[in-house]
Amino acid sequence: MALIELRDVAKTYPPRRRGGDPVLAVDGVTLDVNEGEILGVVGYSGAGKSTLARLINALEPVTRGTVTVAGQELTRLSEGELQKVRRGIGMIFQQFNLFHSRTVWGNIAYPLKVAGVPTSQHQARISELLHFVGLADKAHNYPEQLSGGQKQRVGIARALAASPKILLADEATSALDPETTQDVVDLLRRVNRELGVTIVVITHEMEVVKNLAHRVVVMENGTVVESGSTFDVFAEPGHQVTRRFVRTVVDDVPSESVVAELRRRHPGRLVTVAFREGSVSQAEVFGELISRGVGFQLVYGGIEEVQGRTFGNLTIELTGDRVDEALRALSERVAVREVI
Amino acid sequence: MDRVIELGPQFLEATIETIVLVAVGVTVGGLLGLIVGTGLYVTRKGGLLSNGVVNLLLNIVVNVFRPIPFILLAVGLQPFVRQVFGVGIGNVAAAVVIVFAAAFGIARIVEQNLVSVPPGVLEAARAMGASRTRVIFTVLLPEAFGPLILGYTFAFVAIVDMTAIVGTIGAGGLGNLALQYGYRQFNPWVTWSAILIVIVIVQLGQFAGNAGARKVLRR
Repeated sequence: MALIELRDVAKTYPPRRRGGDPVLAVDGVTLDVNEGEILGVVGYSGAGKSTLARLINALEPVTRGTVTVAGQELTRLSEGELQKVRRGIGMIFQQFNLFHSRTVWGNIAYPLKVAGVPTSQHQARISELLHFVGLADKAHNYPEQLSGGQKQRVGIARALAASPKILLADEATSALDPETTQDVVDLLRRVNRELGVTIVVITHEMEVVKNLAHRVVVMENGTVVESGSTFDVFAEPGHQVTRRFVRTVVDDVPSESVVAELRRRHPGRLVTVAFREGSVSQAEVFGELISRGVGFQLVYGGIEEVQGRTFGNLTIELTGDRVDEALRALSERVAVREVI
Repeated sequence: MDRVIELGPQFLEATIETIVLVAVGVTVGGLLGLIVGTGLYVTRKGGLLSNGVVNLLLNIVVNVFRPIPFILLAVGLQPFVRQVFGVGIGNVAAAVVIVFAAAFGIARIVEQNLVSVPPGVLEAARAMGASRTRVIFTVLLPEAFGPLILGYTFAFVAIVDMTAIVGTIGAGGLGNLALQYGYRQFNPWVTWSAILIVIVIVQLGQFAGNAGARKVLRR
């Protein structure tokens, strides 16, 4: 049984204006999050991904369907029981949402108090957390004295204080610059590896998903349009939305305007060959071409690494008399697309 | 000028009366205002204790009493004050009407200051498993503490203003002294001496409020 199970979950909000249509934020989502994994939930704003996160910790009640966390079906629980469940689910936010009336120490102490951890144990736990996120010297600073990256570290320490098994990261890096984003991504990976915390990463940044997630779910208009391992989703994005997202970090297939430009410069046959680690190697493909005396030139493409495996698309200009024959032979072994 | 010195004991008594009336107005009225104002905020749509009916009722009550000019409220409430407190004039009646008016005025100030707390901070506390009431007392109010101090300082000045009017219903205080011994007896020295003391009281209050808010807001 998965740690988090959503079954045909829907969330409808009342109409914004009188007489308007109800807003369907999440529309029949079924998904599992397994213990110990990092799941990336990707989508444009308004796709329903942030609402989805709030259904998992029951900050929002579902309109339809069931949410089960660690075997407990949330829809059957009272508010008091839900509060106990929430203590086992940490959450971090785009705007950090730190308490400005409290120091870093006070921020991390708050969830401990809520969870009823005796004050005598606070000292040890808080300093352990501060060391983990690398902010041991900032314990008595106030949030406004910290940089964005430091604030999110405090957010992470605070979310982990009550030793949750699950961490929900709602656009946690979207307000940070690329370098700080990478630091926070590295920290979240440590949270997952060293503490065994299951993480649900809500984001529109594919770089974050690429570097962090084991599995990806792509959402559009409240529904899941694609899901799979991060490698598969990046290597072979099926849905149009997924392709647009993947293209933001992996640009190895020429777009229409690029194709027009390539055509002008390269009069020969243009084909795009997809490579996957563990499948046919480049050497084999090029060997095939050479053996038939086909001339070739790399004109576009790239090789990417995701989850320690490489993939990529290479666009090649082919010239010579035996191009058709060579393409037929290649098509049997590897995905070849004619560039039109 | 001699008359001012002659009225020394009256000045002392009036100053104490004003300070006591202001203190009662700020504390009791302030507490009631805090309760009503917090109620207005948390029962809003999407609030922590969202409740349309309660919110509507609170709004109606506040909107009915708050716009009434204070002098009319002071005389208008007399039958009610006499019924409940046994006396319709004097310092006790003045304290009651000041508390009444201050509570509704402060309620709106509190509500406006609570709106300035980012909802995400409340959500973060809820996500940690804190109950709604716990969030109100341990997050909402502490996060708004700085602006609240400034709001209460503003209300304090308005309450000083009220204490100058309650001479109308037989209460004492510096306002009454200025009107009775100054204005009506054509002695601007007395009037302005009373005004001067009021200015000092307001200045001290404002200074304390600003200092407190600066400390809480750390700037």
